[in-house]
Formats: sequence, structure tokens, C-alpha cells
Amino acid sequence: MTVAGKTYLGMPTAPPGVGQLRGDESFPDAAETALANGQLRRNLANATSTIRAKRAAVVAEVPDWQELRAAAAAVKDDVLAHLDSYLVQLEARVTERGGVVHWARDANEANRIVTELVAATGSREVVKVKSMATQEIGLNQALEEAGILAFETDLAELIVQLGDDRPSHILVPAIHRNRTEIRDIFLSEMAGVDCGLTDDPAALAEAARRYLREKFLTTKVAISGANFAIADTGTLMVVESEGNGRMCLTLPDTLITVMGIEKLLPSFTDLEVFLQLLPRSSTGERMNPYTSMWTGVHPGDGPQEFHLVLLDNGRTATLADERGRAALRCIRCSACLNVCPVYERTGGHAYGSVYPGPIGAVLSPQLTGVADNPSLPFASTLCGACYDVCPVAIDIPKMLVHLRERVNQDKATSHRLPTPESAGMAAASWAMRGHRRWTWLLRAARLGRLARLSRLSRSAAGRRLLPPPLSAWVSSRDLPAPPAQSFRDWWAEQ
Amino acid sequence: MTARDEVLARISTALGRARGEAPGEISGAAAIPRRYRRAGATAAGEGVPAGVGHQAELVELLVDRLVDYRATVTRSEPAGVADVLAQRLGQHRIDSVLVPDGFPEEWLGAVSAERRTDDALTPAQLDGIDGVLCTGTLAIAETGTIVLDSGPGQGRRALSLVPDYLLIVLTSDQIVAGVPEAVARLDSGRPLTWISGPSATSDIELNRVEGVHGPRTLDVILIQAARPGF
Ligand code: SF4
Repeated sequence: MTVAGKTYLGMPTAPPGVGQLRGDESFPDAAETALANGQLRRNLANATSTIRAKRAAVVAEVPDWQELRAAAAAVKDDVLAHLDSYLVQLEARVTERGGVVHWARDANEANRIVTELVAATGSREVVKVKSMATQEIGLNQALEEAGILAFETDLAELIVQLGDDRPSHILVPAIHRNRTEIRDIFLSEMAGVDCGLTDDPAALAEAARRYLREKFLTTKVAISGANFAIADTGTLMVVESEGNGRMCLTLPDTLITVMGIEKLLPSFTDLEVFLQLLPRSSTGERMNPYTSMWTGVHPGDGPQEFHLVLLDNGRTATLADERGRAALRCIRCSACLNVCPVYERTGGHAYGSVYPGPIGAVLSPQLTGVADNPSLPFASTLCGACYDVCPVAIDIPKMLVHLRERVNQDKATSHRLPTPESAGMAAASWAMRGHRRWTWLLRAARLGRLARLSRLSRSAAGRRLLPPPLSAWVSSRDLPAPPAQSFRDWWAEQ
Repeated sequence: MTARDEVLARISTALGRARGEAPGEISGAAAIPRRYRRAGATAAGEGVPAGVGHQAELVELLVDRLVDYRATVTRSEPAGVADVLAQRLGQHRIDSVLVPDGFPEEWLGAVSAERRTDDALTPAQLDGIDGVLCTGTLAIAETGTIVLDSGPGQGRRALSLVPDYLLIVLTSDQIVAGVPEAVARLDSGRPLTWISGPSATSDIELNRVEGVHGPRTLDVILIQAARPGF
């Protein structure tokens, strides 16, 4: 075992049998199903190329983008290096301001805490703001088992919930559905909907508004996640577009926020970095329509009871792996999904986890332990586009290679034979083994050599020159243009 | 061991500290490379000296951004605010309007709509009011953002959320260039709401649809001078 191996062994990971971090089948099997679905591929290609273009345009407006990225990466690394101190500081500030802080070792514990908190209010219904953390732990199901109805209020989450479906994208969870499918779901599942409902997006949004209005005005308990928590002030923050978040965060009497322990920022000042990076990277807007910030309880304004649940669920196991730790910098902007040629073809469901795309391929296996998600580190062409767009500069390709090694190590120690996907992918990972080879490949891409390689590879003869993942990579025609300067080059220059 | 102690112990182990070793002091802001623009810049990226010219530039930028989000902006001289305000309410057929405590009385002279005050209205009662007026805390030119902090003239957070029409009156001296200047001016202890255009969703085939749950109309009156009475 390597030195790094010693630290991550034995650290408890997210428990199986609860929540949504593991798929029912391996990535290649699930991807095959997705690839056969032409409608899904068209919906995805449309959506990802639209968001890609919007993002590129608003990022280009910001002259100090790389400086902001460097600051963001440094801030998150500082948080991770002192995570316990910052968490204790956050707890003190929230408590001083009238909030109650709870700690949860894993999904089961978090679900139990939230269920008991809701039960204590006497309410059998809760309204929910879209939150990755509560999906990760399968909170809705746990509440249902306790006889509590959870209403998702984000339009896309509502579409997913009514359609008895799973989210397929971090930002736009119903991206795999088109307007006709959405209308059909509303018509069959939404109580009181007008049977003449058309598939016009404005009409569909109006139907959702009417359906949820009553819930917002009467429900006494809300559950949210948090985009950021500020350690030095105890401030919690949610960014959103529709106003459903503000409804949930301000109208009910009780607010319960579930947050992964890595979602901290040291100081209020750090928001000046992250509120520039997140909206532009995420929705491709200069700023999202609504951002809410609250610090404990504000007398006479908003919920008068506030609970914050701090969730581990495999995060400390991720922290223990020095080479995988940076995945915890992630601010869930979803930019890496939209540029990923693999995601664009397979969609989010193939990843089996609430965290799809490139970040899912590194985060899910770390949260669950690589033995439970062995195919995900191979679900990538290692083209590097995800690293280039990531606002917190997570070197996802490098981390994928590291995790592939861990999967193989894990299989060797447990005397299992390598799976076909790991054997096949091993042929391609030569390029990623060494930092220099990888850097060369990226430079080559920028110098246009890859364009020639790409043309060549579209011929049958050319394709035979390269092993499968690389051949697919170079022959995909709609890859984003490689950036003029990689972040690594830029960093080296500074 | 409590969950709290256990999670903290796991973190300590994960970071490779010996058993019982205290966590290091938090380094604070000092270690972070902050080479990004922090003040006095515009979207063009050039630092512009503060002053009249700079402020005029910020006004133009803010208006451009707000309109891009499909908010409506009407400019007014200080003396004309009351008329402009009444005219905006008339145009949107606002028959009942919520006026938060502290909203300047001199701006309300020409309002004919029924005036309501927030005497602990329930969400359902708020829903029965056509529109709401408020002042802002500051506005960010580069991003087209208006920040509310529930201060005088704004009221609690629910007011700017439930009625379908929201009119915000801003003065040009409340505009800052970018996000860093805004963050520096805000009080983290207050509830903060950042508004960039009216409520919108892009969840259906990424088509932008205005107004799902928040106010569907955002109307802004921009006064070309300092606010009275503050
Ligand atoms: S890994 Fe980076 S790009 Fe991907 S979701 Fe996280 S922050 Fe965004």
C-alpha cells in the first residue's frame, strides 16, 4: 500500500442502502442504454451546447477570471486544511444567533435528525428547496417512511418528482425531458391542472406556479441545502432563480438546512470571489436572479426556528486522500458537465449517483469508497475540458487517473480480476500517467496537432490508430475549443 | 462519542494530525492570493478614478444590465419621483400597494392606489396585494444586482417576494461597480436578498420564462442624486 493508502483506509464512507450515490449497474452498461436513446441525446446536446455558449460569453466579460479562480482554489484549500476549526467557528456563530447545529456522521444519521425535527413541529408536510445534499442522503424517502410528505419546489425537481424520475444534471435536473414530456407529466400527475395545458414553457411554468402557491403560503416547515456557509459570521446562503427558494427560506416557521461539511468559506469577504464565479459558471448569467443570506434567526423576519445539519457521509474519507481531496473544493456549478463529451452522450443517469459528469466521476467513488463505484473513474476521455472550466480549478483528469490506480489497487488487494472496462481503459491511460505526457498532450491540442489527428481519426484507418476512449475523444466534432492557455500554464507563470 | 466529536476526530485524522494534536490556527485572509479586481473597476476591466464621471458610467452600466434581465428602469430627477412612481403604478394597474415602514413619504404624494402597511400580514394576506414598493441597500452595476437588507423602507423579506409586482427606488449614489465593493459595504448580520432581474426559470428546454414564484414584474426608478432624508 502507498502512503496515501494508509490514510484513506478505514475512514468511514457513505453507507450503502440509503441515498443516491450508487447506481444499479456499472457506468458502461448504463451508458449503453442511454446511447441508444436518440431523444435523450438530442435534448442533452441542445442543452449543453446552449449553456456552454452562454457561459463562455459571460466568462469572457470578466478580465480577472483566472485571478478569481486562483483565489477560489486557495480559499477552498484553506477551508479543507483547517476544516475542523472552521466548522467549530461556524457552529459558535450560528448558535449565538439563535440557530441550532446538529452533526451527522452519515446519511442515516442526517435523515433521522431531520425526520425528528420535522416530527417535533407536528407538521406532516414540508416544502423543499433544490438541494444536492438531501438527494445524496435520500431524505425524501426517509421522510415518506415516517409519514411526512416532501414537496420539491424547484420547477425541474418538481418535474422529476412528479415523473417518479431521477435528476440527471446538477443545475437543470430535468434536462433530459423536453416540453412535451413535461406537459404529459403535469397532465397526469399534477392535481388540479387545466386539461387544456399546452407545452408552451410559459404555460408550464404558470401551471407550476399555481400548483405550488398554496403550499408556499401554508406549509410551516421548509428544508434547504446551502451553497455556502460563512465561518466567521455564521451566515448561510442559497442561490436560485425562481423565487421558490426565497419562499421556502422566508415564509415557514421552521427552516432546516442540510449541508455537507465542506461547503464553508472562511469569511464573508470571500463571497466577493464566489459570487462572481458561481453564477457565470453555472447558468451562464452575470448573477442568478435571487440570492438569499441569513444568519441564525432574524427576529420578526423569516423562520423563527433554524436548524443546521452538518453532514459528513464520506467527506472525511475524501479529505483523507491527499490526491483526491481537491474534489471537496467543488461548488456544484455543473460547468464540467456541460463541456464533457461523455456526459453529453450518456446523460446524468448513467453515472448512477446524484453527482453526474466529471465531478461525479471523482466525487462519488470517493464518498462511497472506490470498491462501490469502480467504473466511474473510467467514465471519461480525460480530454481536460472539465479542468479548464472549473471555477475552483479542480484538476479532474489528474484525479481520475489517481482514482483508476486506486480501483486497480483495490481489486488487486481483494484478489478480484480486473474488469473489462479497467483493462480496456488501461490502454488509454498511458497519456495520463505522467504529468509531462499529459501536459504535452494538452499543448499539442492547442497547437492544432490534435485537429489533424481528429480528421485522421474520423477515417476508419485513423480510428484504429488510437485505443477506444481516445478515438471517441478525437472524433467527436463538437468539443469545446482548447483554451489559449491552460490554467496550469497560467499558474506556473504567476 | 457524539457525532460532533467523531466528525471532528475524523477530520483531524484525515489531515494526518497525531492523536490529540490541536488543529492549527486558522490562517484567515492573509494566505489567499487576491490579485483580482477589488475596487474602482468596471466591466471593461479598467480602474476608473472615483468621481462624477465614474458614477455616471456606473449608472449606464447598471441600466444596461437591468434591462438585459427584462426589468424596466425609469430615470427621474429628485423632484419628479412622486409623479414617476404614480405613473408606473398606474401603467401596471396596481390598485393596492404595500408600503413598508420608512419608505419616504414625499415619494408617495401622487399615489392613488390603496396604501397598505405591514401590520404582521400573513403570507395569504400579502398574496392579496397587487404590488409592493421599497428602497434598496445598494446596487451592483456589473451584474445588474439590487441588494435588500430589510432596512427602513424595505421591510421584512416576505414583502418583496409575495406580491406579483415589485417597484424598487434607487439613488445613483447607491451604485457600486462590482461584487467586491458590494460585499464590503454589506452587513452580514442582516438578512440579505440579492435580486438580479425578476424571478425566472430556465428549466424547460432552457427557455427563460419570467416569474415563477417571485414577482413577475421588476420596476426600477433610478434617481439621479442622493436620497432624501437618510
Ligand atoms: S467540479 Fe468544478 S466545474 Fe464541476 S461542478 Fe464542481 S466546481 Fe463546477
